[in-house]
Amino acid sequence: MIVPIPTTDPPQAAHAPRHLALVLVAGIVLLGVCIVASLALGSKMLSWQQLMNAIVHPGTDDYATAIIHKRIARTVFSLCCGGALGVSGALMQAVTRNPIADPSILGVNTGAALFVVCGIAFLHIGSPGPYISLALVGAAVTAVFVFGIGSLGRGGPTPIKLILAGAATSAALSSLVSAIMIPRTDVIDQFRYWQVGSVGSGSWDTLVLFAPFLVLGVAAGFLTAPALNALALGDEAASGLGVRTGTLRAIAALAGVVLCGATTAVAGPIAFVGLLATHLMRLFLGPDLRYVIPLAALAGAIVLTLSDVCGRLIGSPGELEVGVVTAFIGAPILIILAMRSKVRSL
Amino acid sequence: MTPSTIAILVEGRRRRRRQWMIVIWSLAALACALCFAMLCLGTTIYPVKDVLRALAGEQLKGVSFAVQTLRLPRMLAGLFAGFAFGIAGNTFQTMLRNPLASPNMIGITAGSSAAAVYCIIIVHTSEFVVSVTSIIAGLLTVMLLYFLSRRGSFSVGRLILIGIGIEAMLSAAITYMLKIGAQYDIPTAFRWLSGSLNGSQMSELPPLVIAVAVFAPLVMLLSRHLSLLELGEQAASSLGLNADRTRVALIIGAVCMIALATATTGPIAFVAFLAGPIAKRLVGIGFSSVLPAGLVGVNLVLASDLIGQFAFEIRFPVGVITGILGAPYLIYLLIRMNRKGDF
Repeated sequence: MIVPIPTTDPPQAAHAPRHLALVLVAGIVLLGVCIVASLALGSKMLSWQQLMNAIVHPGTDDYATAIIHKRIARTVFSLCCGGALGVSGALMQAVTRNPIADPSILGVNTGAALFVVCGIAFLHIGSPGPYISLALVGAAVTAVFVFGIGSLGRGGPTPIKLILAGAATSAALSSLVSAIMIPRTDVIDQFRYWQVGSVGSGSWDTLVLFAPFLVLGVAAGFLTAPALNALALGDEAASGLGVRTGTLRAIAALAGVVLCGATTAVAGPIAFVGLLATHLMRLFLGPDLRYVIPLAALAGAIVLTLSDVCGRLIGSPGELEVGVVTAFIGAPILIILAMRSKVRSL
Repeated sequence: MTPSTIAILVEGRRRRRRQWMIVIWSLAALACALCFAMLCLGTTIYPVKDVLRALAGEQLKGVSFAVQTLRLPRMLAGLFAGFAFGIAGNTFQTMLRNPLASPNMIGITAGSSAAAVYCIIIVHTSEFVVSVTSIIAGLLTVMLLYFLSRRGSFSVGRLILIGIGIEAMLSAAITYMLKIGAQYDIPTAFRWLSGSLNGSQMSELPPLVIAVAVFAPLVMLLSRHLSLLELGEQAASSLGLNADRTRVALIIGAVCMIALATATTGPIAFVAFLAGPIAKRLVGIGFSSVLPAGLVGVNLVLASDLIGQFAFEIRFPVGVITGILGAPYLIYLLIRMNRKGDF
C-alpha cells in the first residue's frame, strides 16, 4: 500500500483559508446564540433568569426547569442531527463531484423513511434501536439505486441526471410511505413524523443510539478529507498522488450514507441542510475539504437548530416540523445553484 | 416523386389516421365504461338501469341520493380533472420538449395548490375567489420560473432544476398552511398533498367544467402549432408560426386548466406527467396527442380511483394510487432518457 506523503499536498492548500478565523468565531458565536434561543424560545417563553436558574440549580422542581431539561435534550439532539447532515452533504458532494448532491435531493432520506415505515407497519417494530439499522439499509439501497440510474448514459453522473433520478425516486418512495400510512390512522401521529422530519422527539435515549453512527461517520469524514481534496482533481490525478480512488469513494460514500440514514432514523427526512451548510462554507472558505467538512458540521448544526427554533415560533402554540422550515430556506439555494451553473455542466 | 410514391404516402397517412381514430374511440369507450363503473359501484352496487333512471331525474329510493349526491360529483370531478391534467401536462411536455417538464414536477401545480389551500383552509373564501386566485398563482409561478431560468442561456434542464426548487418551497408552504389550518383533518391534508376525489360536491365543479370547455378546444386548435413548436424555435418561426403568441396562449390555457383542476381535486400525483407520454406512444408520431392525452388522463384518474376505492380493504385517495402507478414509469422513463443521452 502506498502511504500518502504529506509533502505531496499542493502548496496553497497548506495555508488556512483567509476567512477561517472569522468564520470560526462567527460560527461559535452563532452556535451560542442558537443554543440559548433553542433553550429559551418556544410555545412557552422563558426569561434569562429562569434559564440561568434552571442551569445553576438543576435539582429545582418547577415548571421552567422541567421545560429546560426537555429542551436541552432537544437542542443537543438537533445540533447532532444538523452536524451529521452537514458532513453528509459535504461528503456526498465530494464523492459525486457534484454541487447539487444532498441526502434529501438524492432521495436517500425518503428511502430510509420508507424502510422504517415498513418496519413499523409490517414487522411491528416499536423501538428506536432497530429503526436505525432499517434506515441505514434503506438509505444505502436508495443511494445505490439513485446513483445507478443517474450515472447511466453519456457523461456519467451529471447534476441534472442525479437530481432527476433522486426527485423521481423520492416521489415514488413517498407515495409508498403515504400508502402504508393511510390505513393506519390510529398511529398516524407516529407515522406523520416519517413524512416530514422533526427533532421534537429528541431525547437522551435516542441520542445514545445515534451517537456511535455520528462519531463513526464524522470521523470517517474528517479523516478522508485530505484524500477527497485530491479526488477533486480528477480520478487520474488522484491516483497519481497515491490515493486509492475506489476505496476512498466507498469509505466516504458509506460515511455519508450512514450519517444521513441514522439521522433519518431518529428525526425523519430533513431536507436541504447538507446542501445549505456545505455551500455556505464553500462560499466563505473555498474548496479545501479539510476545512469545509468540519465547518459544514458546525453550519449544519446551526442551520438545523435555528430552523427548529423558527418552526417552534411560527407554529406556536404547536410547532412546525423542522423539515418544513429547512425545505423553505434551503430550496432557494438549489434555485441559485441551478441559475448559476453553466448549461454544459448540467 | 412518382405517382406510386405519393400513393404509398397517402396510403400510409390514411392508415395512421385510421389508427388514430381507433385509439381515440377505444380510449373514449374505456372512459365511458369507467364512468358507469364509478356510478354503479359502491358499498351498494346498483344496476345500470337504475343508475340511468336516477340520472334522468327519477326519484328511486336510495339510488337517487347515492348516485346524484355522492357518485355523480365524484365521477365528474375525476372526469374533468383527468382531462384537464392530461391535456395541460401534455402541452407543457411538448412545448418544453421534455417529458419530465410536467406541471407538477416544475412547481406549477404546487403554486395553484398553495393558493387554493390558502383560500379554502385559511381565509375560507367563496369558490369563485378560489378559482381566480389559483389561476393567478399558477400564472405567477410560470412567470417566476421563466424569469429565473432565462438568466444566462436558456436550457430546459436548468428550468427543471429551478422548478424542483420552487416546488420544494411551495410544498413546504402548503404543509405549513395545513398544519395551522387543518391540523387533525387528515382527509383534507391528503387532498392537498396528493389529490383525492373524496368529498367532491356539485357546487365545486362549474369553474373546472367551464375551463375545460373553453380551454381544451383552444389547446386542440393550437395543437398543429404545438407540433411545429416541438421542432424547435427556429424551425417553427421559419414555418411562419408566431412562436411567442402561440406559446403564451398555450401556457394560459394549460395553466387555467391545471389551476382549476387542482383547486377541485388537489394535485393528483403523476396524471399530468403520465398522460402525455402514454398518449404519444399510442398514437405515434405525426398526429396530435392533445385529445388522446386528455382521454388517457381521464382513464388514469377514474381507474385509479376505482382501484383506490375497491381493491383494498382500506379506501385510498386517488393520488396515492396514481403515485404508486406513476412512479415506476417515471423511473423507467429516466433510465431510458439517460441511456439515450437526452441530457
